[in-house]
Amino acid sequence: MSRLGTIARRTFLIGSVAIAGGVAFGVYMARRPHPNPLAAGLAEGEATFNPWVKIDADGITLITPHSDVGQGVRHMQAMLIAEEMDLDPGQFTTDFGPPDPAYWNRAFSEEGAPFMSRDDSWGAETARTVVGYVVKIFGIQATGGSTAVADSFDKLREAGAVARETLKLAAAQRSGVPVANLTTAGAAVTLPDGTQIAYTDLAAEAAALDPVTDVTLRDPSEWRLIGKPQRRLDIVEKSTGTATYGIDLALDGMVHATVRFNPRQGGALNGYDASAAEAMRGVQKILPVTNGVAVIADNTWRAFQAADAIEYDWAEAPYPAEQDDHWAALSASFTEDRLDDEWRHEGDVPAALAAADPIEAEYRAPYVAHAPLEPLNALILVTDARVDIWAGHQIPRTVEDMVAGITGHDVADVHFHNQYAGGSFGHRLEFENIRYAAEIGAQMKDTPVKLTFSREEDFAHDYPRQIAMARGAGAVTDGAVTTYDLSIASPSPIASQMPRAGFPAPPGPDMQIVAGAWNMPYKIDNLRVRAYRAPELAPVSSWRSVGASHAGFFAEGFLDELIHAAGRDPLEARIGMCDYDVARKVLEAVGEMSNWGSELGAGRGRGVAFVSSFGTPTAEVVEVTATEDGIKIDRVFVAADVGRVVDPVNFENHVQGAVVWGLGHAMNCEITYADGMAEQSNYDWHEAMRLYQCPEIVVRGLENQPKIRGIGEPPVPPAAPALANAIFAATGQRLREMPFNKFVEFV
Amino acid sequence: MQLTVNGTTHEVDVEDDMPLLWVLRDVLGITGVKYGCGIAQCGACTVHIDGVAERSCQIAAADLDGPVTTIEGLGTPDALHAVQQAWIEHQVAQCGYCQSGQIMNAAAFLAETPDPTDDDIDDAMSGNLCRCGTYPRIRAAVKSAAASLRGA
Repeated sequence: MSRLGTIARRTFLIGSVAIAGGVAFGVYMARRPHPNPLAAGLAEGEATFNPWVKIDADGITLITPHSDVGQGVRHMQAMLIAEEMDLDPGQFTTDFGPPDPAYWNRAFSEEGAPFMSRDDSWGAETARTVVGYVVKIFGIQATGGSTAVADSFDKLREAGAVARETLKLAAAQRSGVPVANLTTAGAAVTLPDGTQIAYTDLAAEAAALDPVTDVTLRDPSEWRLIGKPQRRLDIVEKSTGTATYGIDLALDGMVHATVRFNPRQGGALNGYDASAAEAMRGVQKILPVTNGVAVIADNTWRAFQAADAIEYDWAEAPYPAEQDDHWAALSASFTEDRLDDEWRHEGDVPAALAAADPIEAEYRAPYVAHAPLEPLNALILVTDARVDIWAGHQIPRTVEDMVAGITGHDVADVHFHNQYAGGSFGHRLEFENIRYAAEIGAQMKDTPVKLTFSREEDFAHDYPRQIAMARGAGAVTDGAVTTYDLSIASPSPIASQMPRAGFPAPPGPDMQIVAGAWNMPYKIDNLRVRAYRAPELAPVSSWRSVGASHAGFFAEGFLDELIHAAGRDPLEARIGMCDYDVARKVLEAVGEMSNWGSELGAGRGRGVAFVSSFGTPTAEVVEVTATEDGIKIDRVFVAADVGRVVDPVNFENHVQGAVVWGLGHAMNCEITYADGMAEQSNYDWHEAMRLYQCPEIVVRGLENQPKIRGIGEPPVPPAAPALANAIFAATGQRLREMPFNKFVEFV
Repeated sequence: MQLTVNGTTHEVDVEDDMPLLWVLRDVLGITGVKYGCGIAQCGACTVHIDGVAERSCQIAAADLDGPVTTIEGLGTPDALHAVQQAWIEHQVAQCGYCQSGQIMNAAAFLAETPDPTDDDIDDAMSGNLCRCGTYPRIRAAVKSAAASLRGA
């Protein structure tokens, strides 16, 4: 049985016995470390101390297994190791490393248990521990969920410290000087007389030692790199066109391929006529693939042209063909039998609503595409003995499993080589490029094939963000919000996504339906948040910030309506209701940054929103001007608490990018279905923000919370509601549905 | 047909309507120029033709009428163009995939408009999409590069 099959079967088991039987099994298995994958194939004189550090006489290699999709984690991982190893940039190289269970993601446990991230009770921590065991046992190596820093922060500093102390031990043995009298700096051990022994000189001797694992991490006051502005390791290559992405790779004898498969996603190909395409210049082969065809040519453009020239007979979509029916399915999902979970109920909401004249509103969030700028691609070479595949992907081991399942190779003979990705936003958690590259490679043995999706094909199979709808009801009494009831209906993004990765959909409710809403840090007398699971419609996938991208908009938009009805100031009311110190400080910070309350002038308005996602409380204030030609977004202020800002430069860049992402898609993006197909096929119909629309974005990172958290996704969810609330403040028009350009113009 | 790219002349045998983008990437192996949309919406494929910024996905091979400069010809890691230097100082890139096009667009723009206003920059740079949202840094880098080029 393939590893994937085994994992799938066990995941079912663990899922159903999670707490009961899982712990005992887990404790035994989880205490056993995974073997170091670098130890196999080590050359003479080459040393490795753990899965992240390798040294020989020629140099130092740091392994950075989290996938770099633009968020800068290659740099971040290397710097955490370098901090403890006393390396400077330029004194080491990095490598994404082999896919391996040793690179399991510790931080998945944080959001993998159904508890609020602020909940540090015994029950919550125990559940996280159990989830962590499962992730470790199955060696789940994945980049996502804003976990890379949280996963790496202790682990990679420890890896660096272990390497440092082991090298010092080697130096002590050579020099006869006690370890306590040795120091390190600049990739060398320094003896008391000032003599330096380069780490690379010590590699062969260190290789013979057992790694020193009893290490002490540096006090933050000693940090040279962490918390300081850093220059990204990839900044020169990404400013000179010399960075290589998956789409840029080439091998001798390589041919080019593209695919065309049913744009009614999951639908079959009834038949096709490729006679015209076969005669086109450069076309070598037309191959059958699942639900479509692949064109092999001597050039990407010729492959695209030939794919256009094929006539296809596509079968119907396995979901409603028209967009209106998708909305109707959501609208019909607010029923008892579709109640996924009541995530929170304080006070007595039904009684409070019955006693009041409730304020009611309905909210909507559309399907939205990821559309990273580098289209999907993969380079593959299949031989009888092995498979090599190159692409940017966030779940490397599953790539190998999937390829093995398609080509028939043992998974140990499949080798995935991760690459820089030209963006992802969740797109590279999907496998269409991998699946089709493997299907093509299996039919093109011994010939390297580079598969490139056209932009249109990439859009057609984007697996967009889930659509969602919310119904809010609430009441205010004596200038206070006293009742808040939010019901959200959405298909489960997780249930749609997991089977495509070869995993069963996890049992139980999907927290993503209400993520960012149920965990709002407010004390309200009567407060209820319920999730309704709509039937699966078009296939959907994790989109930067996942459920919080819709639920945060609903929660904070509707709360703003109630605060307005109560006659209160939007920020002061939120601070007044806030029952979590860390969140309150975030709200206070953004108020101070934006000079909240100061006069803005006619036609201008300010909106605030707060959402905590992936454990990072984030507040944003948006300022807009209602001009004659439309809404202009002037400035945005962001405060977020991640526990520790590892690199203030990348932190700021990342937050600004997330705000642009959140605002841009809220402004003008949606995917709609007609005749079973996405109607938007390129950026002309799914534009998001352009530079002239970009506001000034002022960022502050706070460090009050006890755990270290990520920043890739959390600034996305507050952006849309803060914008909607600002537009309301400026114009009196309440926006309850994205994209907002259905209702207002933007300039 | 013949074309000159970054000072080197090449003889290629391609269809008249093959876009310059694919001649550069797949025929000549010059990959700093990127494919993003194919319909002049994203600007990732921007190159200079006779010093003018053009979307190489929209230039048919037969219509090419001047020497081509790609990001590789603008400057190198060891000999950076002022715009590249500014992009590095401001740490503009996240994924970096659009940045070749952004830099080529900015370089041609500043050659024409050495002392741009904020509005000039917004107008000139809004044809280039950045999905990572590095726009605040692009603005800052263009201003730095303009100052640096004026001083040079």
